[in-house]
Amino acid sequence: MADAAHIPDEAETRARWGDFAWSEVNEARAKEIIGRYPPGRQHSAIMPLLDLAQRQVGAETNTQGWLPVPVIEFVAKQIDMPYIRAFEVATFYTMYNLAPVGRYHVQVCGTTPCMLRGSDDVLSACYKKGLKKGHTTPDGLFTLTEVECLGACANAPMVQINDDNYEDLTFETTTAVLEALARGETPKAGPQIDRQTSCPEGGPSTLKEMVAENHDYRGEWA
Amino acid sequence: MPKLTVDGIEVEVPAGATVLQACEAAGKEIPRFCYHERLSIAGNCRMCLVEVKPGPPKPQASCALPAADNQEIRTDSEMVKKAREGVMEFLLINHPLDCPICDQGGECDLQDQSIAYGRGNSRFAENKRAVTEKYMGPIVKTVMTRCIQCTRCVRFAEEVAGVEEIGAIYRGENMQITSYLERAVTSELSGNVVDLCPVGALTSKPYAFEARPWELKKTPSIDVMDAVGTNVRLDSRGRQVLRALPRINDDVNEEWASDKTRHAVDGLVRRRLDKPYVRRDGRLMEATWGEAFQMIADVKAGASVAAIAGDLVDCETMFAARALVGGMGSDLLEGRQTGLDYDCTNLAAVNFNSTIAGIETADALLIVGSNVRWEAPLVNTRIRKAVKKGAKVFAIGPEVDLTYPVTWLGNDLSLLGNLPQEVKDTFAKAQRPALILGGGGLKAGAQGATLALVGPLGLIREGWNGYNVLHMAASRMGGLMLGYAQPGGIAAVAAKAPKLVFLLGADEVSDDRFAGSFKVYVGHHGDRGAAQADVILPAAAYTEKSGTYVNLEGRVQRGDRAVFPPGDAREDWAIFRALSDVLGHTLPFDTLDALRVAMAAAVPALGEQGLAAYDWAPPALDAAASGTIGYPIADFYLTNPIARASATMERCSAELIHGHSFAEAAE
Repeated sequence: MADAAHIPDEAETRARWGDFAWSEVNEARAKEIIGRYPPGRQHSAIMPLLDLAQRQVGAETNTQGWLPVPVIEFVAKQIDMPYIRAFEVATFYTMYNLAPVGRYHVQVCGTTPCMLRGSDDVLSACYKKGLKKGHTTPDGLFTLTEVECLGACANAPMVQINDDNYEDLTFETTTAVLEALARGETPKAGPQIDRQTSCPEGGPSTLKEMVAENHDYRGEWA
Repeated sequence: MPKLTVDGIEVEVPAGATVLQACEAAGKEIPRFCYHERLSIAGNCRMCLVEVKPGPPKPQASCALPAADNQEIRTDSEMVKKAREGVMEFLLINHPLDCPICDQGGECDLQDQSIAYGRGNSRFAENKRAVTEKYMGPIVKTVMTRCIQCTRCVRFAEEVAGVEEIGAIYRGENMQITSYLERAVTSELSGNVVDLCPVGALTSKPYAFEARPWELKKTPSIDVMDAVGTNVRLDSRGRQVLRALPRINDDVNEEWASDKTRHAVDGLVRRRLDKPYVRRDGRLMEATWGEAFQMIADVKAGASVAAIAGDLVDCETMFAARALVGGMGSDLLEGRQTGLDYDCTNLAAVNFNSTIAGIETADALLIVGSNVRWEAPLVNTRIRKAVKKGAKVFAIGPEVDLTYPVTWLGNDLSLLGNLPQEVKDTFAKAQRPALILGGGGLKAGAQGATLALVGPLGLIREGWNGYNVLHMAASRMGGLMLGYAQPGGIAAVAAKAPKLVFLLGADEVSDDRFAGSFKVYVGHHGDRGAAQADVILPAAAYTEKSGTYVNLEGRVQRGDRAVFPPGDAREDWAIFRALSDVLGHTLPFDTLDALRVAMAAAVPALGEQGLAAYDWAPPALDAAASGTIGYPIADFYLTNPIARASATMERCSAELIHGHSFAEAAE
C-alpha cells in the first residue's frame, strides 16, 4: 500500500466533518434502507448507508466522495453499531474511500487479463494527462488508483471511473474519455469500440448459424 | 451422543461437540491458534486440520466441524502432517524471526507448535510484510508484525469483556488488528488478551523485557484485589513478584483476571514498610521490634482493645488478632472500615448465595446499588453470559455501563417497596431469579428491603438461592466468619473508645475515628493507615504469606507464599504471636499449622477448602428503604494500598478514568 493516499489528520477531519448529518433527501433514503431489514438486524444496513454517506460527502465536496471517520461514526451511531465494526467494514471494501479523492476516481485495472490487453497503455495515457497513482490532480479533477480485477475481463483493458466502466480502451480512447470528463461532458460508458457490452466485436464469431434460425448443429459433430 | 473413531480409538462425545473436542477426548493433541474453549469458533488459522471420513478427500478444520456418528478421524496420517506443515509455513511467512527479543519467547504457542508440527526450514526468500504498532492502552504492548490474525483478542473483547473496541481492519495481506483509532481499550479485563494471544503480538506492557518464563518461580495463590478470590499464579524471581497470572478455576474466575489482579503487583515493591516505626514527638521514627512492642505494652490497655481488619488480610491474621484481643478480654472486632453496619447475624444473608458460577444460569436479575463491573469484574462477565443466554437485568442506582443491556429503574431505594410491574412480571416468569445487593445498596440501607423481596420475587427455590450480596473486600467473608462485625459497625467500636486499636492493614479508616486511641498499624504499605498510626509493625503482603481467604460466595481458598517480606517485615500472625508474649497473653500456637488447627477448631468451615455452608435464616429487618445510592468505588484502579502504590495502576487510572492522554514516544 505504498501508493495509498494519506488519510488526513483526525483533528482536521473532526473539525470539518464532526457535524455531518444527512441531507433531507438522504435522511429519507437512510430510513428506507434501514427499513429493508427486520427489527434487530439494522446492522445489515451498514454497507448501503456508508455508500449513501460517501455520496453525500461527494456531493458536498464536488468529488466522488470519501468517508471521514466522523461520518463513519455518524452512520454507526444511527444503527447502534460499535464504531470499530463500522470501521472494519469501511476499511475492508475498496469502494469506500478512506481518503479524499477528486471529482473522478479513475481506477485502472492492472490484473493479468487487462495487463495482457494493454493496461500499460491506459496507464500511460493517464500519466500523460498528469495523473499520478495515489494522488489527485492539482485541479481536483482526477484521482488515479491502480486496482485489481474489476470483473470485466472480456472487455479488457478497462477503467472504472466513479460509477461507470469504460472498456476496450486504447491509449487514444483513454485520453479521449479523460478529456471529455475534464470538459465536463459525460462520455458514453461501456466499450469504447463498436461492440455491444461483451458481445464479440464485429458480430458473432461462433454459432453464426444461430443468428438467423434455431440451427441444429448435431449432424455436424464428428 | 455421536460415536466416532480417532486414529482407531473409539470415543463418544456429547451432541454438539466438535471434531477437535472428540480428538482431545481420545487423547490426541490438535495444534491450534484461533480456537479457544471460551470464545466463539472462528476457524481461520487452519492449524487444526485433520483427515475426516466420510467427507471430501482433503483435510478439514476440526475446530469448526461438528462431530458426527461413524466419522473416522485421522490425526496421524501423511495428509495431516503435510497440511500442518503447509499451514505452519504460511503462518511463518510474515512472522518475524525475532524470538530472542520477544517477550512471548518460551511460552509461545507459535514457537512450540512450529517445533512440533512445522517444517525445519522456510522456502520463503522474499521480504516479510511489516505492520505498525497499535496503541491499545497502558496494559497491552503491541508488536503487530508478529500477529497471525487469529482474532482471539477481537472475540474476547466482544464476547467476554463486552467492549467492542478491538477489530480487524483492511483485508487480505493488509489485515491489521487494532483498537478503534488506536485508542486505549477501556476495559478492566484488557490484560487477558495478552494471555490469549498465541504469539508475541500482544504482550504485557508493564512486564515488558522483565524476565523469561523459565527463570520464574511459580506459586499458586489467591488474589486479594477484590472479593472474587481469583485463583492466580504468582511468578517471582528472587525477592520480587514480577507478574500475576490467572489459574483456571471454572467455579471462580474461569481463566480470566482483572487488570488490577494482574498488574497491581508492581506496587508490592514500592512504599513498603520494612522496619518498625514508633511515633515520637509527633513524628514516626524507625525503631526496633523490641522498642515498638514495649511502647504497645506501655499503653497498659487492659481489656480496652479493638482490632480493625483491612480489606486485604487473610483469615490467619484476623484469627491471630482475634485470639490476642480475646485474650486481653475484649471482643471489639470490626472489618467494615468505612462505616457499614449491615446486619451480620446470619452469614447466608450477606453471602453471594447463587455462587459465581451459578449466577450464569440466572434468568432474571435485579441489581441494587452495585457497579458490578468495578466491584467484581469477573462476576460481571458471568452476568454478561447470563444476559447472552436471555436473562433480563434490572438495576437500581446511578446509571453506569455494565457492558450488557440493563433496564435502569432509577436511583431511589423506595423503588424496592414498589417495584414496577415489568419487574414483577419478569420475575414471576423466571425459573432462576436473582437479586444482587452491592456495596452502594448496603451503605444506603437496602439490606432489609431486599431481604423482604426474597418472598415476593421468589428468590429461593428448590436448589436455588438467588439472594446475593456482593462484597468488595477479599477479607470480608472471612472476617464475618471470624466475628469481625459489631452491631453498629465501626462507629460502635469507636464509641467504646478503646485505649489500643490494632489496624490490620486497615487503610480506609478515617483518621478522626479513633482520635483518642493508641493506634498500632500492622500492615505492609505506607498508606493512610500507617500515616495515622502511633506504632507501625511491618507485615507481609498477600504474596508473602500463606493465607486462607474466603471469597464473596463463601468459598474458602488457600494461597501459598511466593516471596519473603522485605527488610524486617514479618508475617502478620507471627507478629501477633511475638507481641502476645510482651503483653503477657501468650497465644497458644507457635507455627502456622498450629494456628490453622486452632482456627479450624474455632470456625470449622475455615479448616476446609471449598464452599462454606451457611444456613439460610435471614434476620427480620425493617423493610422500609428510601434515598439515593452512591457507588463506593470512585476509581477502579486505586482501591487498595497495593494498587495505590503501583505505577501501572496509577497510569491506568490517569488514562482510563481521568482521560489523560499519554503520547507514545516514537521508537
